[in-house]
Amino acid sequence: MSEPGPLSFHVPAPAVRPGGTPDFSDVKISRAGEVRRPDVDVAPADIRDLAFQIIRVLDRNSEAVGPWAGLLSDQELLEGLRHMMTLRAFDARMQMAQRQGKTSFYMQHLGEEAVSCAFRKALEPGDMNFPTYRQAGLLIAGDYPMLDMMNQIYSNELDPMKGRQLPVMYSSREHGFFSISGNLATQYIQAVGWAMASAMKRDTRIAAGWIGDGSTAESDFHAALVFASTYKAPVVLNIVNNQWAISTFQGIARGGAGTFAARGLGFGIPALRVDGNDYPAVHAVAKWAVERARRNLGPTVIEYVTYRVGAHSSSDDPSAYRPKTESDAWPLGDPVLRLKNHLIHRGAWSEDRHKQAEAEVMAAVIAAQKEAETHGTLHTGPHPSARDMFEGVYEQMPPHLRRQRQQGGV
Amino acid sequence: MPRKTMVEAIRDAMDVAMQRDDNVVVFGEDVGYFGGVFRCTQGLQQKFGSSRCFDAPISESGIVGAAVGMAAYGLRPCVEIQFADYMYPAYDQIVSEAARLRYRSNGQFTAPLVVRMPTGGGIFGGQTHSQSPEALFTHVAGLKTVVPSNPYDAKGLLIAAIEDNDPVIFLEPKRLYNGPFDGHHDRPVTPWARHPQGEVPDGHYTVPLGKAAIRREGSAVTVLAYGTMVFVAEAAASEAGIDAEVIDLRTLVPYDLETIVASVNKTGRCVIVHEATLTSGFGAELSALVQENCFYHLEAPVTRVAGWDTPYPHAQEWDYFPGPARVGRALKAVMEA
Repeated sequence: MSEPGPLSFHVPAPAVRPGGTPDFSDVKISRAGEVRRPDVDVAPADIRDLAFQIIRVLDRNSEAVGPWAGLLSDQELLEGLRHMMTLRAFDARMQMAQRQGKTSFYMQHLGEEAVSCAFRKALEPGDMNFPTYRQAGLLIAGDYPMLDMMNQIYSNELDPMKGRQLPVMYSSREHGFFSISGNLATQYIQAVGWAMASAMKRDTRIAAGWIGDGSTAESDFHAALVFASTYKAPVVLNIVNNQWAISTFQGIARGGAGTFAARGLGFGIPALRVDGNDYPAVHAVAKWAVERARRNLGPTVIEYVTYRVGAHSSSDDPSAYRPKTESDAWPLGDPVLRLKNHLIHRGAWSEDRHKQAEAEVMAAVIAAQKEAETHGTLHTGPHPSARDMFEGVYEQMPPHLRRQRQQGGV
Repeated sequence: MPRKTMVEAIRDAMDVAMQRDDNVVVFGEDVGYFGGVFRCTQGLQQKFGSSRCFDAPISESGIVGAAVGMAAYGLRPCVEIQFADYMYPAYDQIVSEAARLRYRSNGQFTAPLVVRMPTGGGIFGGQTHSQSPEALFTHVAGLKTVVPSNPYDAKGLLIAAIEDNDPVIFLEPKRLYNGPFDGHHDRPVTPWARHPQGEVPDGHYTVPLGKAAIRREGSAVTVLAYGTMVFVAEAAASEAGIDAEVIDLRTLVPYDLETIVASVNKTGRCVIVHEATLTSGFGAELSALVQENCFYHLEAPVTRVAGWDTPYPHAQEWDYFPGPARVGRALKAVMEA
């Protein structure tokens, strides 16, 4: 063997940058219906292959095929379509409100609507989600009032968080939606702790943790997988792989690993990958994992393969780091369009009814927005009092904080 | 009255709290079957079962993060970080999550948890078994920080901390686990069994958080201390022949300003003593508070005696640890100022 030469330093880079032609030829996509559906009590070791495939239901002809199909009625699918359309319309209006200066910040879900909307329908009342900032579909599909979401975004007098939180950092215990934190991945291990508590108390409720592809690199991701594995916690550990962490392509977090789902295998946790833009597939996989958890069979890792069509946030311009037309080339398409076409194929929907529904949904969002704005926006109208700023740091306000409130003149 | 070591008092506190409330759970590294590397949880798993007291993976962030989730569910976790020196991986969960959960969710979710951590030096623990990181907690809004100095307080404060509905950092000076320590490392240590503060009542009682205790009444100078430094300060005052009033703060945040101000206004002088490094240590906050609130009563500059601004060394233990000689010199200097 020859003497080794100097070392070279490896930095993964996306296939294409701005100006280039989008290329997803390296994304291996399973055919719809191709991936098997194991029993929920399957041994994790027997389904290792599922961490490297993509479970899909809706095929190119908009037909639902294979072993994961057929769980949802027309009615349920129509409801799912409406949830996704509502989230999309909500995003559009709130993004615009940010541009109009009515709030400081917003984050859209464009292209990822199926993930949170479909997952929510697999849960039972009492289950608890530990979401990131990009799962508002959990609230919309969970019938949380849109008005309250807007009040939070506007930090107005009815803001449930009293103006203390950045827009989109919602919280609703009642709707099984844990308080969102700006610190990434922290909630992943908390979901496991919540699930451990449920098991310790011999409860029947389960938890769901949420994380993006980029944040899987945080140490709390690994802590969560260790704890979930060690204590067989009744938790579904969701990884939303939308290909991008702000400007950083998923290869920076994933490295040489085949998939994010495969990370679960090293911890002995069964892992599934699913087409994140396929509403029935997301729902079916979520239901499988939720049932596993509920039957005390332990945690499941799910990787949702999707694409972040919008900017990372209202403060981001993706044209600086990826081709403008990249989302058009994304091979898994658009979740709203795919479900719409499937429903038309089933004879349960039509182009006309869809157009009408779009108008209805938008009208409902605009009506809620108008009402929210009568209660104030960030810089105008009624807003939370400065006194609220001092409340809730502790259960009882300690003397030093009382003195500061007095100094603050409120 | 039964006498207990600080270790036994702490164990007794968890035992009492676990008996009274099914939602109290105890876990951490080596905390379950083995009963903890300092024996603080000995017997709890046998008594309450492994759903209430169990071993955790070596992941401080995992331990505190899971505890936050459990607390959000409705439990009252009392978790252990084996040494305060190893809390840093959990700092994000403590600062960004536990401390802010009530505030950011407007009370929808709360974090009634206790994080116990053995702290402090004087045991040849070197750099990573001796630190006193309390200032890293007192600076965080939403946390309460407690440092007991004796078995009676340790039990009462720990029960109060477990019953408190806010996150509490509970720092246990491991130098005091088996007996009081005044910094005279060349003398034999008295066990708690022969010290009046080793008297610990059975059953439930609390020592309120946020209340200091006057350990030694005096009129010449006020000494503000906590943990091991309470005994060092008492010894230094006796040896220097100075009529010092020694205040054991017990809770650093929320602090007991009333007791501090009353004492300094009486004595006109103030010396602050802690093991932690000087710069931006909790002593700086105490000094500022005394200056702001007692300025017209002060007859000498407020003085701090603290660990040097270096990592905690091994061989130089007694040159680093602020012992009675250094504290005594400061007391004399303040009296002569």
